[in-house]
Amino acid sequence: MIHFLQMGGYAMYVWPAFALAFIVLALNIAWARRSLRSAQAEARRRVLSAVPEPLREPQGPQP
Amino acid sequence: MTADGGKSEAVASQAPASEAPRSLAGAAFAVMQRDLRLALRRSGDTLQPLGFFVIVTTLFPLALQPDLSLLRDIAPAALWVGALLASLLALDLLFREDAQDGTLEQLALCGLPFTGLLAAKTAVHWLLTGLPLVVIAPLIATALGAPATAVPAIVAALLLGTVALSLIGAVGAGLTMGMKRNGSLMALLVLPLAVPVLIFGAQATALAIAGEPIAAPLYLLGAMAVLAVTLAPWAVAAAVRIGLE
Amino acid sequence: MSWVWFHRFGSPPHFYRLSRRLVPWFAWSALVVCVAGLIDGLVFAPPDFRQGDGYRIIFVHVPAALLSLQVYVVMAASAAIGLIWRMKVAHAVAASCATLGASFTVVALGTGMLWGKPMWGAYWAWDPRLTSELLLLFLYLGYMGLRSGFDDTARADRASAVLAIVGVVNVPIIHYSVVWWNSLHQGSTLIGAGGIAVPSMWVPLVTMIVGFELYFIALLLIRTRGEILRRERNAHWIAEALGAPPPTAPAYGGASGHPAAHRPAVQRG
Repeated sequence: MIHFLQMGGYAMYVWPAFALAFIVLALNIAWARRSLRSAQAEARRRVLSAVPEPLREPQGPQP
Repeated sequence: MTADGGKSEAVASQAPASEAPRSLAGAAFAVMQRDLRLALRRSGDTLQPLGFFVIVTTLFPLALQPDLSLLRDIAPAALWVGALLASLLALDLLFREDAQDGTLEQLALCGLPFTGLLAAKTAVHWLLTGLPLVVIAPLIATALGAPATAVPAIVAALLLGTVALSLIGAVGAGLTMGMKRNGSLMALLVLPLAVPVLIFGAQATALAIAGEPIAAPLYLLGAMAVLAVTLAPWAVAAAVRIGLE
Repeated sequence: MSWVWFHRFGSPPHFYRLSRRLVPWFAWSALVVCVAGLIDGLVFAPPDFRQGDGYRIIFVHVPAALLSLQVYVVMAASAAIGLIWRMKVAHAVAASCATLGASFTVVALGTGMLWGKPMWGAYWAWDPRLTSELLLLFLYLGYMGLRSGFDDTARADRASAVLAIVGVVNVPIIHYSVVWWNSLHQGSTLIGAGGIAVPSMWVPLVTMIVGFELYFIALLLIRTRGEILRRERNAHWIAEALGAPPPTAPAYGGASGHPAAHRPAVQRG
């Protein structure tokens, strides 16, 4: 087990390398999901606020 | 669409309010004449890249030592980095003004092959900004310690290299045309694509200075120049069209 | 091209719905395969004759480098498809590739440097593979910079498509020139996969490559869905896909006959 963690003396290089890969790939997952969610929120907002023109009559303040 | 017919048409179009050239050759010739004349009127602007080249290559000895044998080692690097940066600087002159005053739009709409007209513009641009570098290169190379025997090879390499650089740079200039002034984006786009030219050009120069045969890198430079001449105009036209929207 | 599947794939609503179902498959299999590959590579693969346990970095370095190049090709190919056939889905795919590809390149560079230090004694020795990766990173950054310079998505798509096509043509040229440049000046040791002749070494490597590919496809699908939404501004299918009430389409003959049910009752005056 100790030998595994020490990686035959190269631990200082091997583990940071794997950590870098893991962190970057995990960040990408988060970024991708955030990008999709924001696009969905934007689209939802656009759809909900799309009131067709002729129906927009001058009225009092809407709730 | 003969060159002769085109030329005489273009000459006729010099007179005010005569009929416009109907052939690509004629129109290309007219575009080149116009660009040349405009550039010569603003000779200060046109000579700036040349001045930049001279200054930048002067900086290298100042940053090192006035020892010719040492300078000889870095001469290839100084020459080619200087040429690369000077070409980059010069790219501003290529499309910006014509985009602003609507000339590019007219060229795009006139019904003649846009690719050919843009190729003509790029050719004139090279004549005005690339060729001067080639002409002054013997002076700079000698100042950096290159032996006189190396000069013809250096000139040949720079001739091919500047052609390739002008064309690659034109693609970058076309792509960034539609944006506000951001020269550093264009540099980021163009410089990675220019790396092969840099590598083979500098190697050809180094071999020439060492007195060794330079056929290999020179052929590769030639191949790149040919590739650029055949493929780049399409990309330039596509890029400029997008920029004109 | 009149292949039905090709055009159906290019239909935004179809792609949106299909990819939603595909993502979990790719995501979970990516996780399983990567974990299996890591265990195999870190635990079961034997130490190398020359490099001891330090060589195990290749189990992330090589897949990342491979993917970084492949993603650029995918980006350029889909951009070209988008440009030629005017398919928004293709442009959406290209846009989604950029960050992923750049990230793979960063991983390849970082792990390459961490591998180089114990092997060559220096973090950076202008090895041809790493230098090519660095230039590839610049190509990605340039692509992303060009995209962000355009406000209009359609123009950004087309301009970056031209750049990607020009770039992909240049990638082999750049790589070859860097290899040639490097070979002139030193007998430098390539970070090669030399010595990976033993199955117990290349099995985990291939496993990791497959895992990275699955990961890439999963994230590409996720991102592309968002990019499609951004490019299909007013399409009616969006409302249905998002589970929002569809925009009321006016079905009336005159201004007076409006569907009162949709309007909140408001007191006038």
